[in-house]
Amino acid sequence: MADTSNGKLRLGLYWAASCGGCDIAIVELREKILELDAAADILFWPVALDFKYKDVEAMPDGHIEVCLFNGSIRTSENEHLAHLLRQKSKVLVAFGSCAHEGCIPGLANLFDRESIFDRVYHETPSTDNPEGHVPHTSYQMPEGEVTLPSFYNTVKPLNQVVEVDYYVPGCPPQAPQIWAVIETILSGQLPPRGSVVGATEKTVCDECQHKREEKHITKFYRPHEIIPDPGRCLFDQGIICAGPATRGGCGALCPSVNMPCRGCYGPPPHVIDQGAALLSAVASVVDADTEEEAARIVGEIVDPIGTFYRFGLPASLLHRAKLEARD
Amino acid sequence: MSDNGFEPRIVGFLCNWCTYAAADAAGVARMAQPLNVDIIRVMCSGRIEPAFILKAFAEGADGVIVSGCHPPGDCHYTDGNYKTFRRMPLVEALLEQYGIERQRFYWGWISGAEAPKWARLVNDFTEQVRALGPLGWQRELASKED
Repeated sequence: MADTSNGKLRLGLYWAASCGGCDIAIVELREKILELDAAADILFWPVALDFKYKDVEAMPDGHIEVCLFNGSIRTSENEHLAHLLRQKSKVLVAFGSCAHEGCIPGLANLFDRESIFDRVYHETPSTDNPEGHVPHTSYQMPEGEVTLPSFYNTVKPLNQVVEVDYYVPGCPPQAPQIWAVIETILSGQLPPRGSVVGATEKTVCDECQHKREEKHITKFYRPHEIIPDPGRCLFDQGIICAGPATRGGCGALCPSVNMPCRGCYGPPPHVIDQGAALLSAVASVVDADTEEEAARIVGEIVDPIGTFYRFGLPASLLHRAKLEARD
Repeated sequence: MSDNGFEPRIVGFLCNWCTYAAADAAGVARMAQPLNVDIIRVMCSGRIEPAFILKAFAEGADGVIVSGCHPPGDCHYTDGNYKTFRRMPLVEALLEQYGIERQRFYWGWISGAEAPKWARLVNDFTEQVRALGPLGWQRELASKED
């Protein structure tokens, strides 16, 4: 699909509300990054190279052939760049869990701006803010007005703000999968629009090497409460593992080192709500024959949303928690 | 019918063999019930995925009812209702974290011979949800947009 004068693919990369891990994941391509450089002209990559937003604004529409957009939409700046890059890109890819489904920043959807600001600027033990300053979007300085982007109540994945062509899941996407996606792009053989690429059509369990037996769970453990038997399915041992409700493609990295899958590759195909699917899988295998016993065992699960929706709350059916009206 | 004109929309997921039969019998016996419950018949309460309940709330339901055959022995499929009573306490905890009032969700057991119990549930639950007012999930999302 490259049709530039020098024959190279015009590539853009951006980070919105993210930790930077997705950009590190690109650097994790290691020596292959030289092949990427040989095949593509990078027109925009704020984390690595000095570009300005006005450089992007000056481009003709659709000038960027492929834009890998990581990070969720948390501020007005994130949203502005999502619209700008949609306009300037032929193919916009939600790259990584944040852009795909909201990821860890999306757990902030259990709160709203006011409670987050209260916590961050007033309440945390490490806060030193005697005058109680909180960010304002505009402030009058002697030299003139200074502004900040506004902070939204709700974190959104990229496709709740603009149309998205492809999704690359993962927190972060794994380097071999990223390379496979880049090769696909370079080949011009793009899958149907809206596809999840750089992942499989099955679950993490399908790639996991641990031995599975019939599940009879009488107690759930958090990872720090138990040293698991190596080689045995972690879920069978009572550790909540998101493998059954998570798309494969990572190679079951976490379970292979005895950490339960946390669900970062998002729901497998045909699952409309990853957390609900995981909740269902977890509860169904509880070994309890009375209502009281079942309620006791599942009642020990701390923080159900944080456990079942760790990476996907903004993309879930309900998107966020409802909050009591504050006075 | 109501003071404030609010008519709650309630989605009821009922198992084919027990609670649906009770609801049917309640209708045939002309037991007085409000018209607020939209019934979705499923083969077994164990078939009710938690996602069904969340989707109902997300798409405008003010309340949700899940009801099947009494455990231990009533289930047409032996132990489908065991799946239900293992899942639903966790669904309750989830809904609480989402901020959806506990009174908007009922789960339990009504056998085919308990038509009056069904009619009573429909009456009581509808009034309970009416008293809470609309859930309005889409409005909630829109109000927390930015």
